[in-house]
Amino acid sequence: MTATAMGSRRARPVARLRLERAIRWLLLACAATAVLVTIGIVLSLVFETLRFFEQVAVPDFLFGLHWSPQTALRPDQIGSSGAFGAVPLLAGTFLVTGIAMLVAAPIGLMSAIYMTFYASRRVRQIAKPALEILAGVPTVVYGFFAALLIAPAIRTWGLAMGLDVASESALAAGLVMGIMIIPFISSLTDDAITAVPTALREGSFGLGATRAETIRLVIVPAALPGIVGAFLLAISRAIGETMIVVMAAGLAANLTANPFSAVTTVTVQMVTLLTGDQEFDSAKTLAAFALGLLLFCMTLVLNIAALRMVQKHRERYD
Amino acid sequence: MRARLRKRHRSERLFRRAGLLAISAAVLVLALLLGSIVTSGLSAFRQTQLLLDVDFDATVVPPLDGLQAIERERALVGTDLGALVRNALRREFPGVHRRAAVRQLQSLVSSGARSILRTMLVDDPALRGHTTPIWVPADDDVDLLQKGSTKRAAAVDARRLSDAQIGWIDALAARGRVRTTLNTTFFTSGDSREPELAGIWGALVGSFLTLAVTLAIVFPLGVAAAVHLEEFAPKNRWTDLVEVNINNLAAVPSIVFGLLGLAVFLNLLHLPRSAPIVGGATLALMTLPTLIIVARAAIKAVPPSIREAARGLGASPLQVLGHHVLPLAMPGILTGTIISMARALGETAPLLMIGMVAFIVDIPGGVGDPATVLPAQIYLWADSPERGFVEKTCGAILVLVAFLIAMNGAAIGLRQKLEKRW
Repeated sequence: MTATAMGSRRARPVARLRLERAIRWLLLACAATAVLVTIGIVLSLVFETLRFFEQVAVPDFLFGLHWSPQTALRPDQIGSSGAFGAVPLLAGTFLVTGIAMLVAAPIGLMSAIYMTFYASRRVRQIAKPALEILAGVPTVVYGFFAALLIAPAIRTWGLAMGLDVASESALAAGLVMGIMIIPFISSLTDDAITAVPTALREGSFGLGATRAETIRLVIVPAALPGIVGAFLLAISRAIGETMIVVMAAGLAANLTANPFSAVTTVTVQMVTLLTGDQEFDSAKTLAAFALGLLLFCMTLVLNIAALRMVQKHRERYD
Repeated sequence: MRARLRKRHRSERLFRRAGLLAISAAVLVLALLLGSIVTSGLSAFRQTQLLLDVDFDATVVPPLDGLQAIERERALVGTDLGALVRNALRREFPGVHRRAAVRQLQSLVSSGARSILRTMLVDDPALRGHTTPIWVPADDDVDLLQKGSTKRAAAVDARRLSDAQIGWIDALAARGRVRTTLNTTFFTSGDSREPELAGIWGALVGSFLTLAVTLAIVFPLGVAAAVHLEEFAPKNRWTDLVEVNINNLAAVPSIVFGLLGLAVFLNLLHLPRSAPIVGGATLALMTLPTLIIVARAAIKAVPPSIREAARGLGASPLQVLGHHVLPLAMPGILTGTIISMARALGETAPLLMIGMVAFIVDIPGGVGDPATVLPAQIYLWADSPERGFVEKTCGAILVLVAFLIAMNGAAIGLRQKLEKRW
């Protein structure tokens, strides 16, 4: 190595080795920043949440049924007892997410199945770019669409049918959020379905099954872990979505399962608590960090479960 | 037996139809979304203007000869240029006398007309004492009327213009003094409380500065991390941990990154709130995991034969990397970077948390000035109760979508032109 290829002097190879080692440490440091980001998220959330729990008890937060984040600015202020029970927020989040999945799961799954098994080239030429465009639309545009068109339309139809519909109903937010996740589910379930080996598909056809029977009885059960993983990832995405619910859902913390009523979600409250002039140490702003930690944990659990299912599914057919 | 076959064929047809229905539903919803935005937004690119003969009365306008531009501006500070506008309107309709009617007449012109007159006087002080015809923007109620959003036939309570006001507008139109022309204000001015004066230039500059900061941080960091993980990392438990960590980070909701930015950049480091430097750093943290994943895929796609051939000719690992692997992986890395930047352009939630959603009128001059970004501007306008802002919001959405199409198109074009098939 120190011979003619690199030059006959010994000084040059050493300098190059030192340079190489320095740059490799630099690259390692850059890779470590990704870990630093996670550590930063966890530390900052946990730190502020602990300060929040100095003011509000843990069971009151996790199991409390009343959300009314007012804090007293002066010791003698009346009517400012803050209730920080997160259950109405979780109920609202799950209601909106539930509606979204009711819309997106069938449409996304059937779209993926149709495009894989039935679609002609022309249909695929229109459908694939359409789904990619749907995936690329910014969520603030979806939120505006929900607030401008969908919510008033639902209100008009609901009132015409004699129902009591709020102007910011969970149904409006849930519908548009479902539209947003359709391409997400479609592409993930497409991956799951194409991972099933063609031998299974061809074996089923060879036994005389129609395409629908093959899909229902062979492909989908075989791809089920991957499909369930896709649904879990979509739920995680819906739970963490902010702009659509901020613009289309309300601020009223109702504990209800009625899709026509106004609900609020964890992300909406996080935004409301922090955009505004508050002192940083009050329980109000710290509650946003506690909600953030709650959100982070929920999505982390869902993501790990989803990734593990997808991995198991892939390993089965390797 | 035949009955069973028929049933199976029928369920096959129904299943197939259900799939087609699903795809059609998705495409129809997309068409509805785009269609509604486009039909409401195209009118934002036009502005109604009124032609007024403005007399730069020498008793109202102070003398401006021999002064520099800045001194001229200072001299005009107390001048009631609105009076010049009001006089021009009164000359058009000399029969209007009652106070309430005169006030209604004057509300036909936008309050921004004054600053237009000021700019004209600063640029050309010789206007003083002369009468010049000038096109000034109309008030947003008139604008909506001329564009057809407000119906003339609607009941008086349902519209914000009285019958008299509509009569005056029609009279001006008959004299050829009303036109609806290209709305340059939309593209050249910042935000405003008045819909007819509001523009997206401030938000565009803010978005540009923020994305520049994001790119400057995330590109070197992400490519370096990807290079390390792909080329030099030993296959041990620590590396697996880093990989799992990156995959999880890519799926964390964006609002959590906003909280991180708030806690670290604003509270810990005390960087200026609402500044592109904070917004860019927060977005950089958010796009870092996806960029690492994309860059790793691009580096992995370079075949090992290239690396081995270079080593065989005596290159050190870094020379292999710098002279061969990175240049070959660069098209894929650039494509992924452009797509990540396009996604970061549309992000609002993390920027809400660090305060980039404020009413900012001035155009930001640097990365430390308070600024807003285009999606945040859309959010602010969407919240506004004024009807004139609905079309402005749709117009801003069209501009944002145009940028996204351009960026994604550039990425796809780059990928197709420079892609090498091994």
